Amino acid sequence: MSSPSLCLELTGITKRFPGVLANDNVGFSVRPGEVHALLGENGAGKSTLVKMIYGLVRPDSGQMRFNGAAYTPARPSDARTAGVAMVFQHFSLFEALNVAENVALGMENPPPLRELAARIRAVSEEYGLPLDPARMVGDLSAGERQRVEIIRCLLQDPKLLIMDEPTSVLTPQEVEILFRTLRQLSAEGTAILYISHKLDEIRSLCDGATILRRGKVVATCVPKEKTSRELAEMMVGATLNPPERRPGEKGEVVLGVTDLSVASPIPFGTSLKEVTFTVARGEVLGIAGVAGNGQDELLLALSGELRVAPDKLRIKGHAAGDLGPNERRRTGLVAAPEDRYGHAAAPDMTLVENAFLTGAIRKGLTRHGFIDWAGAKAYAEQVIRDYDVRTPGSYVAARALSGGNLQKFLIGRELDQSPEIIVINQPTWGVDAAAAAAIRQAILNRAAEGAGVVVISQDLDELLEISDSFAVLNAGRLTKPRPVEGLTIDQIGLMMGGAHGMEVAHHGH
Amino acid sequence: MLRLEKRPIPSRFWLYATPVVAVILTMIFGGLLFAAMGVNPFAVIKTIFWDPLFGEFAFYLRGQLLVKAGPLILIAIGLSLGFRAGIWNIGAEGQYIMGAIFGAAVGLAFYPTENRLIFPLMVIAGAFGGWVWAMIPAILKTRFNTNEILVSLMLVYVAQTILAKASTGFLKNPEGMGFPGSRNFSSFPAAANPELIAGSGLHWGGVTAVLVALAAWVLLSRHIIGFQIRLTGQAPRAARFAGVAPKRLVVLCMGLSGALAGLAGLFEVTGPAGQISIDFNVGYGFTAIIVAFLGRLNPIGIVLAGILMALTYVGGEMASTNLGLPSAAIQVFQGMLLFFLLAVDVFTNYRVRFGRVEVA
Repeated sequence: MSSPSLCLELTGITKRFPGVLANDNVGFSVRPGEVHALLGENGAGKSTLVKMIYGLVRPDSGQMRFNGAAYTPARPSDARTAGVAMVFQHFSLFEALNVAENVALGMENPPPLRELAARIRAVSEEYGLPLDPARMVGDLSAGERQRVEIIRCLLQDPKLLIMDEPTSVLTPQEVEILFRTLRQLSAEGTAILYISHKLDEIRSLCDGATILRRGKVVATCVPKEKTSRELAEMMVGATLNPPERRPGEKGEVVLGVTDLSVASPIPFGTSLKEVTFTVARGEVLGIAGVAGNGQDELLLALSGELRVAPDKLRIKGHAAGDLGPNERRRTGLVAAPEDRYGHAAAPDMTLVENAFLTGAIRKGLTRHGFIDWAGAKAYAEQVIRDYDVRTPGSYVAARALSGGNLQKFLIGRELDQSPEIIVINQPTWGVDAAAAAAIRQAILNRAAEGAGVVVISQDLDELLEISDSFAVLNAGRLTKPRPVEGLTIDQIGLMMGGAHGMEVAHHGH
Repeated sequence: MLRLEKRPIPSRFWLYATPVVAVILTMIFGGLLFAAMGVNPFAVIKTIFWDPLFGEFAFYLRGQLLVKAGPLILIAIGLSLGFRAGIWNIGAEGQYIMGAIFGAAVGLAFYPTENRLIFPLMVIAGAFGGWVWAMIPAILKTRFNTNEILVSLMLVYVAQTILAKASTGFLKNPEGMGFPGSRNFSSFPAAANPELIAGSGLHWGGVTAVLVALAAWVLLSRHIIGFQIRLTGQAPRAARFAGVAPKRLVVLCMGLSGALAGLAGLFEVTGPAGQISIDFNVGYGFTAIIVAFLGRLNPIGIVLAGILMALTYVGGEMASTNLGLPSAAIQVFQGMLLFFLLAVDVFTNYRVRFGRVEVA
């Protein structure tokens, strides 16, 4: 029933976890040499599916065939023996070991290190992935670390390579290098299963795509024949409207940061170095950069959780660096941290208590220190209404909400305080496309009403969509903000630090 | 295979069922322990839990319940505020002793003056003594990041040494024929803390305990400081985001728990104990930790838990005098209660599942 011309074939795969049907009767196939995309929103069931292919999770029912033979991997080593390799989104590397040692640790029978180093060098040159086997992993960029993982896979000579969200940590130039390598692998007959929700990438790279929604296959298509918008709508199952913005007048500067250098309060964090920027009323400043380059520290310094010298930070012209979070809220600044569970919200507290958490000051929810719970409840319910938060009520614990719904609530909680300055880190991280669009629109509406906005995000598309000016945070330094209009992807790449000096690649291919 | 699975929302049922199940398990395993020691377990359990309330001497023992429960509740309420915020004051026993010494010293300084202001002044001095003793670990923690558990615990032994010095030295009764111990407050009406209603066991300590429990309940449920305390315990980073100054909260919680422990010490030494003596303290400061957790760190729960714990004290004493049980066995019994409480508490946040472990 299966033709030998298929590399991987899945039929009727079903997997149930307590409370969720992660995969429901999923079937698709990948030909040898095909780059096949698994497309879907967060929680659509992509990860569960590839974990089953890689032997990390066993399906409840359904069949898998690999190169024409029945395939039931009980553990990842079975999958590797069969010829399946996987590059995870989060790397599993030891920073204190060098590249060759890390690769050896992932092998069942590693050859002597000297021999391995030679093989690493050979494979890296063959596939245009420059990598020095003697370098410490701790000194490598995210893109280079990913190359270690890829080369570790290539040394097994896989028939199928699974890549889980590989570009989320890469600069545009590094993405180009990766894509050239993947195209070369595919030309040599290696099938690639490519998981992503970045539609442009999938359109330029993949030959076929399977689109998942809520655990089910909703469509199969050739991505090059579809527009990004069509793909997104298949993924979400709804019609999407790009955020509209009225060209607002830029007003006077509301937030000014000058020469801000501050040590990170986070262990192994990144210190901020001479960060300088201004934000005017009606302006959205987008700050890009790969995670861990000072984003968290910048948010702490802006929200007031990390205090700095008074004149380093000015709110509406007044020195405000030494003000705490609540004092800054009083001046009109609101902030939304990235981590929803434990930073922006207390997971075990109710939505009412979480509404009070930051709303107390600007919504006047205390009197002589006593809490106006009725007022807090009314405010929580207002946010739930205004931002279409799906919840049984305001009395539920924050952690009972889905990520997207909680994010809508937390962003809404800040935006509904009639703020004059808004600072948001990762506004749509882990949020489905429909909710993300709603959040972006809400941010733009506030800007149109005259608020100055700073959005820190790792999603370049998002920043280019909503920002007026654009800057990149790299190793704690902020580039000079530039107007988004007229900015090319190449310029952005250079602002992000290029491909970490790795542009020279591909010897004779 | 047996495994634990985190509940999406803490179970309300187990939140309230935990103390009850813990008491029952303690009775069962305590009973086994007593049986192994050759004593009829049913007689012991009856002596501990039934006789003080409804037995032959209940008219006297019920009063004793209030005498023991008062300081336990007072100290436990203070500790619970810190525990909720993740601030672990383990040295309430020392703060209790220092409160007693400070308060008693102020009172004795006025001996034999009779003035209605003396006792209120002693109350303030008692609270101050406990507060000062708690400030040592608090300030060391905020300035030098020392561990408040170790520092507050070690200061208990310092306080005990000072207590020994007080009862044999600077607070010794000059008319005491050389016996250690201070003057007895029962012969110094202006400084004494007698029973408010004869035979009830209720003195100012019990009254204060009830008032403090109510105040703590209001603080935790209605006041922003209570909110900050709960928030800091549940999500410290969210607390900083909400503008809580963690160091100020450490000073506040340590100070409050120290002052309340000091108050308990003052009421005890001027009332039921009667005088400063080398061993007037009987470990209320440590037992209060069990009371705080048994009461779910909830003020109303703590009142109930304090009464329950007083029952094991009073009943335990009865059991050791009437049935010849060593007092260590009673202490093991009390310790079991905390042990089972913490063990059963797992079910509030987790449920047990039978099945294969899934790699995911």
